[in-house]
Amino acid sequence: MSERYFPDSMPPPLADATTLPWWEAAAEHRLVVQRCADCQATRLPPSPVCAECRSPEFDWKEVSGGGSVYTFTIVHRPIAADQSLPFVIAVIALDDSGGVRMISNLVGVECEEVEVGMAVELVWEDMSEELALPRFRPRKS
Amino acid sequence: MSASRAQIVGVGESTYTRWGKIGDITEHALACQAIQRAVEDAGLSMDDVDGLASFAEDRNEAIFLAAELGLPALRFGNMVWMPGGGGGCAAVSNAAMAVETGQAEVVVVYRSLCQGQFYRFGSAGVSTEAPAEPAPPSLQQANSLLLASMGFAMPYGLLMAAAAYALPTRRHMHLYGTTSEQLGMLAVTFREHASRNPRAVMGGRPLSLEDHQASPMIADPHRLFDCCLESDGACAVVVTTRERARDLAKPAVEILASEQGAPKGYGFGPFTNANIADELYATGGCEEMAGRLWAKSGLGPTDVDVAQLYDHFTGCVLMQLEDYGFCERGEGGPFIESGALAWEGGSLPTNTHGGSLSEAYIHGLNHVVEGVRSLRGESTSPVEGAEVCLVTSAACVPSSVVLLGKT
Repeated sequence: MSERYFPDSMPPPLADATTLPWWEAAAEHRLVVQRCADCQATRLPPSPVCAECRSPEFDWKEVSGGGSVYTFTIVHRPIAADQSLPFVIAVIALDDSGGVRMISNLVGVECEEVEVGMAVELVWEDMSEELALPRFRPRKS
Repeated sequence: MSASRAQIVGVGESTYTRWGKIGDITEHALACQAIQRAVEDAGLSMDDVDGLASFAEDRNEAIFLAAELGLPALRFGNMVWMPGGGGGCAAVSNAAMAVETGQAEVVVVYRSLCQGQFYRFGSAGVSTEAPAEPAPPSLQQANSLLLASMGFAMPYGLLMAAAAYALPTRRHMHLYGTTSEQLGMLAVTFREHASRNPRAVMGGRPLSLEDHQASPMIADPHRLFDCCLESDGACAVVVTTRERARDLAKPAVEILASEQGAPKGYGFGPFTNANIADELYATGGCEEMAGRLWAKSGLGPTDVDVAQLYDHFTGCVLMQLEDYGFCERGEGGPFIESGALAWEGGSLPTNTHGGSLSEAYIHGLNHVVEGVRSLRGESTSPVEGAEVCLVTSAACVPSSVVLLGKT
């Protein structure tokens, strides 16, 4: 069990039937992107129809968890009780994902070291048996 | 010009205050006050009003306001399906479509916000008080599309608008070398405009670039003074046809053209969508809409005499300047630095009321009010001879815009 990044008073993640399989994969520490079964275009968050070819058929592609920082912000105001500050929200461009990005956090890094283009790797945080969140840390060279 | 062409004939507002300061009357009563003042400004009676329009999940539903205000009939009740401040100008253009197609004759567009009576926007509706019985985190059912999309932002603490719009602004800084001082100069310019506006919440509070640079960091690169105010207040504008406007109290302002919407794949914008196309990410998302606006109006950025640009955050204004073609992509910072937005000596006097950064945050409908005043010669920072005013709604979300002309 990894160290908790946010206090339990943070609002819980929300899912519906379309996005639930992504969360189920995450609970098994598999970071996946949705892939169109017809044109192979990848996407995230999960959605019912491929925006490129409008096919409703899809499967899930597991990615390595490597990536780079596309953009970021360092937040200095709490949004939950007992939260440690500041913390880093980053948009991560995921390697071997077909160009998919995701919002996440950077952990294990000094705020002043964060920069666009920084190489990162995946680290899972287990919130409970049924819930894990992907966060990222600087990639060890 | 067709007699059915839509015009704005009246504007009105309540007192504007810091958030939470209006507690003696309800938010919907404040909406009624602004609507009545706008109708009075137009020289019309409430008996003439047959339509109401708003935006941003307005709590003050038109059906109830119509009953409270004693409208003889509600023929048009409309709300724009766009989040937050993106839909203000769209509400005006929907009102225009209604009167131009005969669905209604006089439509009032309104917005009322009493954050203290509900929740403070800056808090994102989330309490920082520790819950009495903390429960371990678990996956919850999202009962709306918006919440399902928030599910890919919220667990990472992306709940505050100041953090969400920091993301494209930081990317802009990375790509083009935009600086915090350039953003600060924009805030300083709008504050200077507010100094002449008795309605402005921050009217008596001068701001220097040093003050901006010394202000606390909220969500890097957004310092406190890069963020709009959080306000209580209400305002309204009255839309009717050119024919009906002819005999009214004040000169009408023509709606020359309007546009609304979002580019492909935009969703809610960078707040929840990390996968906006690369060429769109560090923009306000309004470039396509701007192209359509200029094409249909036959006008261009050089024809605009004064602009009222939605300013939830300084970086979002900078990106709109580029989207609407006032400067090249990436040149927003130097454009601001040149003093272009200043009432005194600027080539594009912008937010002559002080904007949401310094007048009040009424989800940008107060920018439409100021757009009308600036063409009537009623602005407290008047732009002499102004004939064309661009008014925009929130950028970096699905947005809307109206181009106003003097009659």
